[in-house]
Amino acid sequence: MADRIPGRFDRRMRRRRLEGQIFHVLCLLSILVGLGMLAALLLNIFMEGWQRVNWSFLTSFPSRHPEAAGIRAALFGSIYVIAVAGTLAFSFGVAAAIYLEEYASRNWFARVIQINIANLAGVPSIVYGILGLEIFVRFLALGKSVLAGGFTLALLVLPIVIIASEEALRAVPSSIREGGYALGATRWQTIWRLVLPQAFPGILTGVILAVSRAIGETAPLIVMGALTFVPFTPDGPLSRFTVLPIQIFNWVSRPQEGFHEAAAAGIIVLLVVLLSMNALAVLLRNRFQRRMEG
Amino acid sequence: MAENCPIIETRELNVCYGPVCVIDQVNMGVEPNRITAIIGPSGSGKSTLLRCFNRMNDLIPSFHMSGSVLFAGEDLYDDSVDPTEIRYQIGMVFQRPNPFPKSIFDNVAFGPRVNGFRGDLAALVEQSIRRAALWDEVKDRLKDSALSLSGGQQQRLCIARALAVQPRVILMDEPCSALDPISTQAIEELMRELSNEYSIVIVTHNMQQAARVSDYTAFLNPREDKISELIEFDQTRQIFTNPKDERTEAYITGRFG
Ligand SMILES: Nc1ncnc2c1ncn2[C@@H]1O[C@H](COP(=O)(O)OP(=O)(O)OP(=O)(O)O)[C@@H](O)[C@H]1O
Ligand SMILES: [Mg+2]
Repeated sequence: MADRIPGRFDRRMRRRRLEGQIFHVLCLLSILVGLGMLAALLLNIFMEGWQRVNWSFLTSFPSRHPEAAGIRAALFGSIYVIAVAGTLAFSFGVAAAIYLEEYASRNWFARVIQINIANLAGVPSIVYGILGLEIFVRFLALGKSVLAGGFTLALLVLPIVIIASEEALRAVPSSIREGGYALGATRWQTIWRLVLPQAFPGILTGVILAVSRAIGETAPLIVMGALTFVPFTPDGPLSRFTVLPIQIFNWVSRPQEGFHEAAAAGIIVLLVVLLSMNALAVLLRNRFQRRMEG
Repeated sequence: MAENCPIIETRELNVCYGPVCVIDQVNMGVEPNRITAIIGPSGSGKSTLLRCFNRMNDLIPSFHMSGSVLFAGEDLYDDSVDPTEIRYQIGMVFQRPNPFPKSIFDNVAFGPRVNGFRGDLAALVEQSIRRAALWDEVKDRLKDSALSLSGGQQQRLCIARALAVQPRVILMDEPCSALDPISTQAIEELMRELSNEYSIVIVTHNMQQAARVSDYTAFLNPREDKISELIEFDQTRQIFTNPKDERTEAYITGRFG
């Protein structure tokens, strides 16, 4: 037997337990502050806008008369633009992440790209608006259309999707890849059948974040030339459009009280759209996780 | 090809991870339809050597080697060789069980599926699981997740998974280290049975196991400079009854230093 090393254990259980409790309370407090602010904000908006949220508000076009103004054009505009942006950001983002993580990982080229993507995620959104205006609206001559707006927002959130997807791919243990290769699976079979399914929940989380960001963006779309007064729903990819945050911004900046109520109602609609999209994604993700873990 | 030519052969094999070299000057041959055991202390490069046989080390960026490994007389590391093809013919069971997060059935069916198996998949899966001595425990829950199995069951599932593609050679890295004596015995019987059709290389820390099941034994041991060399490679009977090197004798009888 080894000799006992001299010394004693000063375990100070009371103090250690106290430290734990203090930290617990601090964490609780900080979440309460955050939730409290959010609750105050929501309450304020619901009080002001609740009675305006009804069928005719959803189905009417904007109007000079506050009580007749509706959100229809902006609601459809937002849904179309987000559908374009989400689909593009998802497909290009995941593909780029797969390339960087599974094919090009560790070479200097990939590393340069990765650093730049991280930087791109921090570029102010208005810069993307200018980019969209130059490339999509003018150079590709798409006009100030749904398509151009969707493309611009897709560019804006692409870095978020790429970074989240890379993270999710990296979290898949290499023993899974080895297991696939050891059975004679090709690289693509291993990625498609083993790695992607396991990374999918994480990727989906990234896409939720990205789409939530895109749906609230105003600045790049204004720069790009989205309209503020649109008495029609977009009738095709090249149609002009407006989106919810622009419509809300427009109403807030009017002097009449009635428009402020409409703005509050618009915010409620925006929140509902946002939450239902997130709920859908979370549902999908849980479904997937259950299937994997059985 | 000559009858008694080894199925896998290493020539002056030397393997390093980055600046750190692990094994040096390894010359050995794996005889067809025989069981070859690799023994040696922890960290002596047994897994490293085994992973050279199916090019699994290709996935490790810092890995580099010199010398050559021949598979059925062909250079395994030739540029024209597709590692995917090699790994289909040389199966592997890893030291740590690595079941896929899929159902038990899908785990075993994975190899046949990716390799375009046409035939009775369910029968192939059942036979593979039976051979790995796991069937009775899982036959009613093939749709359950493989992650719900115990560690030892997972290891046997990985063995079943490797058998399902019917490789020519099976590499097993301590397949029994997480198993109870009953399943260990079942796996050893399986190895004996398989050695009629397959060539098997097994890494083991269990001297009795090496003595019981293997036909040939390779003993790896680190030199002064920490790089391992192949001390002795011979028929198992020879190694365990009449070792030529005193280090081999010390290791198998449990005397060190
Ligand atoms: N991926 C790696 N990168 C760097 N060094 C490695 C890597 N894998 C193994 N090594 C080193 O190579 C040496 C041999 O490792 P190896 O896993 O082959 O030993 P082993 O004989 O299988 O040991 P054990 O019996 O414990 O499994 C060890 O010193 C280990 O640190
Ligand atoms: Mg090992």
